[in-house]
Amino acid sequence: MMLEIKNLHVNVGGKEILKGIDLIVNAGEVHAIMGPNGSGKSTLAQTIAGKQDYEITKGQVLLEGKNLLELSPEDRAREGVFLAFQYPIELPGVSNTNLLKTALNEIRKYRGLEAIDTMEFLTLIKSKMKLVELEQSLLSRAVNEGFSGGEKKRNEIFQMAVLEPKLAILDETDSGLDIDALRIVANGVTKLKSKDNATIVVTHYQRLLDYIIPDFVHVLYNGRIVKSGGKDLALELEERGYDWLKEDKELIAG
Amino acid sequence: MLNIDFAELEEKISNEELTFRNAIAKEAIKNYSSLDFPNNKDEEWRFTNISQLMKHDFRFISGSSDINRNDIKKFLLGEIFKYQFVFVNGKFIKELSSDVRTQNIEIANIDTAIDNNTELFKKHFAKYAKSKVNYFSALNSTNINSGAFINITDNSVIKEPIHLLFISDFKRKTLVQPRNLFLAGKNSQATIIEHYAAFNDNIYFANAVTEIFVGENSTLNHIKIQEESRNSYHISETAIEMERSSNFESAAISFGGEISRNEINCKFNGQGCEATLNGLFMLDDTQLHDTHTSIDHAKPYCNSHEQYKGILDGKSRGVFNGKVIVRPNAQKTNAFQENNNIILSNEALVNTKPQLEIFADDVKCSHGATIGQIDQDSMFYLKSRGIGEETARKILIHAFASDVVKSIKVNGLRDYLENILELRFNKEK
Ligand SMILES: Nc1ncnc2c1ncn2[C@@H]1O[C@H](COP(=O)(O)OP(=O)(O)OP(=O)(O)O)[C@@H](O)[C@H]1O
Ligand SMILES: [Mg+2]
Repeated sequence: MMLEIKNLHVNVGGKEILKGIDLIVNAGEVHAIMGPNGSGKSTLAQTIAGKQDYEITKGQVLLEGKNLLELSPEDRAREGVFLAFQYPIELPGVSNTNLLKTALNEIRKYRGLEAIDTMEFLTLIKSKMKLVELEQSLLSRAVNEGFSGGEKKRNEIFQMAVLEPKLAILDETDSGLDIDALRIVANGVTKLKSKDNATIVVTHYQRLLDYIIPDFVHVLYNGRIVKSGGKDLALELEERGYDWLKEDKELIAG
Repeated sequence: MLNIDFAELEEKISNEELTFRNAIAKEAIKNYSSLDFPNNKDEEWRFTNISQLMKHDFRFISGSSDINRNDIKKFLLGEIFKYQFVFVNGKFIKELSSDVRTQNIEIANIDTAIDNNTELFKKHFAKYAKSKVNYFSALNSTNINSGAFINITDNSVIKEPIHLLFISDFKRKTLVQPRNLFLAGKNSQATIIEHYAAFNDNIYFANAVTEIFVGENSTLNHIKIQEESRNSYHISETAIEMERSSNFESAAISFGGEISRNEINCKFNGQGCEATLNGLFMLDDTQLHDTHTSIDHAKPYCNSHEQYKGILDGKSRGVFNGKVIVRPNAQKTNAFQENNNIILSNEALVNTKPQLEIFADDVKCSHGATIGQIDQDSMFYLKSRGIGEETARKILIHAFASDVVKSIKVNGLRDYLENILELRFNKEK
């Protein structure tokens, strides 16, 4: 098992946002998480990545059996978790290259590997840039500063490509992208997929799932996963919206 | 009143003939005696408590130091500049300096320049600093004991930076008073680095005054690095007089001293001037730094652009006061001012104040100040990429300081500063 979440409850700002999440993701799988605005999708993603100030009141999160909740965010990343943020932050004064090289080397150090040499690093990032069709010039620029929405999202996938995580969580990486950018992002993700890693895509839109075919689709509603299914569930959601699940959920909640 | 014994100096002056030097000292002693030691009731010193200066008995310089070429290596900026001037404990060290007197540039020990007393020197010396109202500038003029006179002649372009290195290695509490005069002739161009450094943690007081005349259509780049001893005091006035269509670009970087203050007074004396004033101070522990700038837009069509940044840790204190005066006829003035501070501890504090006095109507003035902590979302972003707390913190502090450091165009100096930044924030928190 790559990721195992058991009865996870999370409070944010004193309010319970996640109300008992159970989720199992195996290596080689793609899971899509859908759900209306404010249902807790980003909260779940950021909880896995280790966001401070999120209070975990109950439950467990295991990565390959290892308790993630007791690790710092940086150690989670070093263990192989990667979060592509819904709203990637701008970091003026921090160059993309510097961020990546530092990150890569800290991860390598954690794993007992030597620092990457400069030539090797340059070759690596060159090949990964091609994957997401990013302009070379973005490398020397500050992280996301003045980037267009699409460039920011592609930059997230680029970072993911360089860091090669075991578990990638893409939080609405497709939102706000035009069809070309969407294709590029989706292609990047698909190419990085292997039998040894797993991907969770948080999305509102079925169209991403035309490119990245999910093995499972889950609906997060009001802090709970109220329905899980195969890729057809996404189509159904696209057609019917979420309201029919509300009734379902009320039934469940009884 | 500072505990400084003037009796000996006064007696010496009265026994000698009234040379240019003695006349200046005499006048300065008069000014100095008429001024009060600044205290917190004084608006200009409201947040800068310097009363601890009075606890020490500082003496004027005496004795020498046995510093050699090898010792100063660590203060050289990566490369040996063609124009290198070294002062150790207030004494000009000829063996460590390059003697320059060409058609394009003259660099002399200020002592020599005072004694030579040329027409040009006399025309500019002691004309710009506020020795009549500024207690410490008055004090400086009473007994000047190190510094350089630099004259870039008309139409000369000096490509290599000029590095003035003031090193302190005092074994007892000393008052050292550097004094500089820089003249940039018409259409000239040069870069001058004023660098204060120390060999130990000793207590001394460096009271510096630098006067800068930026001639018509010239471009002068001035960088001041203050890395005095941790327990020292550094107070300075930099007075800049700018002529028509001249450019002045400056960066003041301050790390050292228990208390330090940069007073920067810039005056536009002609149209079309452009002044860019950048600064960065980094404090820890009980350090205090104060930057007071004053830009006098006395003439129309001039631009001033100020950006000062502070990084504060421990119980340190930072003060920024940015005065901009736009005189009634100074139409089409652009004045931009920004002061950003980042606070790394719970106990550090910054007082920042813009002070705009605008008497013309067709002007653009803006100012802004921020005081904040390291952004937690930025921290989380870096950590989520596998970067540890300490490195992430360092990256963000670095990023904060980077625009000021990047504004410095001398490569060796930029690397030198990057290195200091690196070391400074390398400690565990
Ligand atoms: N600091 C906070 N204090 C209180 N409530 C918060 C805080 N941050 C987020 N929330 C609430 O948590 C809930 C879940 O937010 P979250 O961002 O996880 O939703 P989401 O499913 O990702 O929505 P979207 O589709 O709009 O991205 C929302 O109701 C939000 O208002
Ligand atoms: Mg969200």
